[in-house]
Formats: sequence, structure tokens, C-alpha cells
Amino acid sequence: MTGHVHRDDQGAKLGMWLFLVTEIVLFGGLFIAYSYMRHRYPGEFHLGGEELNVTLGVINTLVLLTSSLTVVLSIVAIQRAERGRAIAFLSTTVVLGLTFLVIKGFEWAAKFHHGLYPGAAHLATLPPGEQVFFGLYFTMTGLHGLHVLVGICVLAVLAVMVATRSIRQDRYIHLENGGLYWHLVDVIWIFLLPLFYLAA
Amino acid sequence: MTDHASTPQPSFWTDTGKRKGLMAWLTTTDHKRIGLLYLYAMTAFFLVGMSLGFVMRLVQLTTFQHLITAQTYNALFTVHGVIMIFLFVIPGLPAVFGNFFLPILLGAKDVSFPRLNLASWYFYMAGALLAVLSLFTGGGAPDTGWTFYAPFSLKTGTNVSLAVFAAFVLGFSSMLTAINFITTVVRLRAPGMTWFRMPLFCWALFATAWIQVLATPIIAITLVLVILERFFGIGVFDPAKGGDPVLYQHLFWIYSHPAVYIMILPAMGAITEILPTFAKRPIFGYKAIAFSSLSIAGVGSLVWAHHMFTSGMSPFAQMLFSLLTMVVAVPSAIKVFNWVSTLYKGSIDFQPPLFFALTFIFLFCIGGLTGVMQGALAFNIHVHDTYFIVGHFHYVMFGGTGFAFFAALLYWFPKMFGRMYSQKAIYASWVPMFVGFNMLYFGMLILGMEGMPRRYYVHLPQYHTLHQVATVGSWLLVAGLLIFVGTLVRAAFKGERAEANPWGGVTLEWTIPSPPPLENFDTIPTVTTGPYHFPQEAR
Repeated sequence: MTGHVHRDDQGAKLGMWLFLVTEIVLFGGLFIAYSYMRHRYPGEFHLGGEELNVTLGVINTLVLLTSSLTVVLSIVAIQRAERGRAIAFLSTTVVLGLTFLVIKGFEWAAKFHHGLYPGAAHLATLPPGEQVFFGLYFTMTGLHGLHVLVGICVLAVLAVMVATRSIRQDRYIHLENGGLYWHLVDVIWIFLLPLFYLAA
Repeated sequence: MTDHASTPQPSFWTDTGKRKGLMAWLTTTDHKRIGLLYLYAMTAFFLVGMSLGFVMRLVQLTTFQHLITAQTYNALFTVHGVIMIFLFVIPGLPAVFGNFFLPILLGAKDVSFPRLNLASWYFYMAGALLAVLSLFTGGGAPDTGWTFYAPFSLKTGTNVSLAVFAAFVLGFSSMLTAINFITTVVRLRAPGMTWFRMPLFCWALFATAWIQVLATPIIAITLVLVILERFFGIGVFDPAKGGDPVLYQHLFWIYSHPAVYIMILPAMGAITEILPTFAKRPIFGYKAIAFSSLSIAGVGSLVWAHHMFTSGMSPFAQMLFSLLTMVVAVPSAIKVFNWVSTLYKGSIDFQPPLFFALTFIFLFCIGGLTGVMQGALAFNIHVHDTYFIVGHFHYVMFGGTGFAFFAALLYWFPKMFGRMYSQKAIYASWVPMFVGFNMLYFGMLILGMEGMPRRYYVHLPQYHTLHQVATVGSWLLVAGLLIFVGTLVRAAFKGERAEANPWGGVTLEWTIPSPPPLENFDTIPTVTTGPYHFPQEAR
């Protein structure tokens, strides 16, 4: 340990993994609530799932999976000291993330249009199980969307850091950690898709 | 173990950076200063929480109520619980002594993420500020009890949303600290400091941090659901919309039961540091204590539903949770027996830290055993939601964690502040504290057995005598606490200079000056023996 700057990449990565554990448990609480409610209202969850747009859900899945790939490619690029390509891949990831949010926005708007949101007069007329289904749908996709938004901001900052050379070939732990976070966001969506869209 | 350089570094109390005075403290990334920042904030919150409890006891001095309204009483026990639990007991030992001593005990210069560490303190203060704001804004102070049980917490007009959000922010703070501690323990142990050469306080913090990482997010999401429920009516906990309030209880206790181990494990760790120093011999059963910390963390995560035996559950689940609850007593008892065995044939040096550590063992045993009693289903139904629960909880959390906090403070005070307190004044504070404590909380245990429900504004005449005993006890307790705090505050400014090793301890913190220099060690020590190796004991 010489010099004033203490650097421990393995420690930083361990810290990030621990943080991801907390994120998984955070969503885990919602998955517990979901499994309990689905066990209680299997029929209503089936009906609720039918209201969701499977095509858009699958497109969004592909968008996120592709964005995970581009994050990995940007790490590969920085390892090869290809700064321009790293920035390009990161920007692609940001655009894909935004695409995901826009599509999600259209889906939410459609649900609002049909009165399928908590507090809507129409939803209150549906059986209780469906009300819970949409309560959970908005909570879980909303929290996930918030994570996507945070991830986009993180990736944008990382792109700037690559541009200003604070992330470079011999020092890219921040980019790796940012990538890990983005993969987590992706993985959680992989679980949300079957739980809601394929519930029917 | 270390060779001190000929020109000693300035102590961490001296401002060496660009900023001076208060700004130097508020922007510090030094783990020792952050530990002290927590200590100051927590002392303030503890005194506020104590005052609220004091007023509650005053209300119970008579059978007719005129001091405050029933609504204020509801707010009092809610806010007393929120402050004491979320602002004092949960962060308590890890945030103060963990921050200050974990790196030193490991032979490191700081924690793994010093800036994140400062951020945790700001999250803590932000959470505390929000909690205070929730008292005066919106519909007034929350009146749900610290458990925020649905459906009442969804329907009450008081400011539950902000209070719950405050708890969320505080949870975030404790999670970040936990991530920091785990990484520090894994990455920053000094050369030669193998896992089984770590002081047991580090093991306790390590186990605690894992519970925080694995359990805190559950309360975070549960509290978010309460907020969403209040603002948007998502219906998950609302029976009118198909939700289930019992689901709230499960989610709440999945975190909040492990949380009591978050509160007690570091306390046990601190006691484990104190006993060998004053018995002048190695801890008895090092590995048993280390693994009992981990098994308390593990089994303690599987017992949450024992809070809910009356909430509706299958008899099989009740039996299972009852059994698991009693299993937790095994690793706890392993610790107690090892502590007592450490003292056996030791060359005991009787000093205030040891005295408070022994008080901890005594009070914790009462708390622990009443806990096992409640694990039994039939008895649990009898005392559910009575003063027995309140008494038990205070024996464990105040008699346990609180007194361990005091013991740790007495033990490490000379190291932290470089000054020594008046031992006579500390003993003088112990007498009213101990007597008052037992009058207050043992009184509550009996009241509960006789059927006095908790959280009631008024009580029936048959409970009157014990309520009076408890209230008088609360006066003694508060008096003792004030003497204790006053003694230490005085000592921090005017106490005699303390030596580097006033107690004859052998862990790494006693090898460096009091107070420690900015970077703890001139050269990182190399560890060649276990943590409690007393040379004079070599036979």
C-alpha cells in the first residue's frame, strides 16, 4: 500500500456484487408477494395476463438482451484500448435502454386508457384478484423501470468517463461494475416477462 | 507488533486537511471521525427517545389520564419505538464502534469504501431528519406503533408515509455500511490475519453485515409498498381490493426479526472483546463463538412468524416456527457459557467495562430466557400483545444491546478520546441504572403475565401498584443514564490523559497511541498469533 490512492479492484467488485444481492432481495420481496397472490387468485391472474401485450413484452426483452450484449462489447473494447468503440457501444446501450422505456410507456398509457390502473373506476369493478394483479404489475414494472432509468444515467456517466479517460485500458472497474448493474436490470426483466405477460 | 516511527503522526483529532473545524468533520472520510459523528448523533436521539419513554411512564403513574391526550400517547409510543430502534439500536454498535474499530482491529488504515462510508452517515442523518419532520407535518405524528401494521397504517390520517420513507432511507444507510464492512473484512485484513485470527468483534460485525444485506431490502420494499398503497391504492395489503394484511406482517417480520439479531450480534461481539482483556486470558471457545454468530444469523432468519402466532397460520407452521425459535437459544447459550468460562480461573481485573459487561450477561439472560418462554405456543398466546413483550424486548434490547453499548463505550472511550473518565462516577451511575432498570422492566414482565395489554393509554386499578413501581424505576433509570452521559461528556473534555493501553488489552487497537493517529498504523502490522494472546499467560 504505497501512495495515497488506495486501489482495490477486487474489493470494488465484491462491493458491487453485494449491492446486487440487496437489489435481488429487494425484488425478492415483491416476488414473494406475487407468488402468494398468484397462488390465491390463479384464475384472475390468467385474466389479467390476457390484458397485457405479449408482442411488446417480447420486443422489450430482445431490446434489453441486446443492450446487455452491447455493454459487454464496450468492456471488451476498453480492454483493447479502443476508446471510440467503447463510447459507441455504451451510447447504443443507452439508446436501447431509452427504447425499452418508451415501449413500456406506450404499454402503460394503453392500460391507463383502458382504466386498468390502481384507483381507476373500471378496475374497481373487476374481481379483487385482478385488482391485485394490476397493483403488482404497476409496482413491479414501475420499480424495474426506475432501475432502467438509473442504469441509463449510470451508463451515460460511464461514457463520459471513458471520453475523459478516467476509464481506460488499465482501469475499467467502474465500467465493469456499471455493466454488472445493467445485467441485473436485464435479469430481473427476464423474470417479470413470464410472471406477467405469459401468465395467461 | 508494530514499530513506531520516531516522529509520531498527529492524532486523528487534529485537522490536517484543507478544511478546518466543523467542515473538516462534515467532509471527513476517516472511519474514526465518522464513527464519532454517529456517536454524537445517536446520543442525541437516544436522549430524545428516552424522554419520550419517560413521559409515557409518567402517564401511567395514575389510573386517570390528564397529562396528554390518547392520540398523543399513541404518537409517543410510535415515535419512541421508531427513534430507539431505527436511529439507535439498529445502527448502534456497528456504526459507532464498528466504524471506529473494525479497520483498526483488522490492521487496516480505513474501511474499503471511505467515501461511501461518509455517504452512509448522510443517509442516516437524512433519514433522521425525515423522521423528525414526520412528527410535525402532514396529519401529525404517526400513531401506528413502530411496526406500521396494515391495514391501519394504510388508513390512518397521520403522517405514516413520511415516517415510513424515513425508515427506508435509514435502511439504505445500514445496507451501505454492511456492504462496506463485508468488503473490508474480506479484503483488508493485515498480513497474517487469517479468518481465525480475527478478533471476535469482527466476526460479529461480519455476521451482522450479512443479515443487513440479506434482510434489509425486504423491509425497504415493504415500506415502499405501504407508501404506494397509501398514495395509489395498489391493493396488495388491502382486503377490499383482494390484498392481505397478513402478507404485510410476514414481509415486515422477515426483516424485523433478523433485525433484532442485527441489534444484538455486534453487542455480543463487543462483550467478547471485553472479557478476555479483563480476565487476562484468551477467550474460551474462539471458533464456537465465531460460528455461533453465523448460526444466529442463519437460524435467526427463519423464525420471523413467531411474532404472528395469533395472526392466523396453520398449526404445522406454528409448530415449526416455535421449534426454530427455541433453536436460536442454542448458539446464544453457547456464547453465554463461553463468556463465563473465559472468566473461570482468569486473573480478573475488575474495572467499569467488565462490570457493565457482566451486567449485560445478567440482563441478556433474563431477556433471552423470556424469549424462549414466548417461543412456546401456549404461553405466547397468553402474553401476546401484553407488557410481557415490552418487558422482554427491553431486557434484550436495552439490557442487552444498550448495556453492551455502554460497556463498549467504557472500554474504548480512552482509545477514542485519549482521556479517562471518573470510575467512581461510573459506578455511581450504575446503581440507579441497574435498580431502576429492573424495577421498570421486571415490573412490565409481571404486568404482562397478569394481562396488562401493551400500548393502552389507561390501565385498570389492579395493575396500578406495578405501574407505579415501574414509573419510579424509570426515574431512577433516567437519573443513572444522565449521570453516565454527564460523566463521559465531562471526561471527553477534562478527563486525565489516557495511556495507549490502559486495560492491558492485546488486540491491535491497544498497540497504537490513544487517540489513534490519522492513518492508524505507521506500518501495517504483521499478525503472527490469535487475537487474545496474553504473553504472561504462557505456561
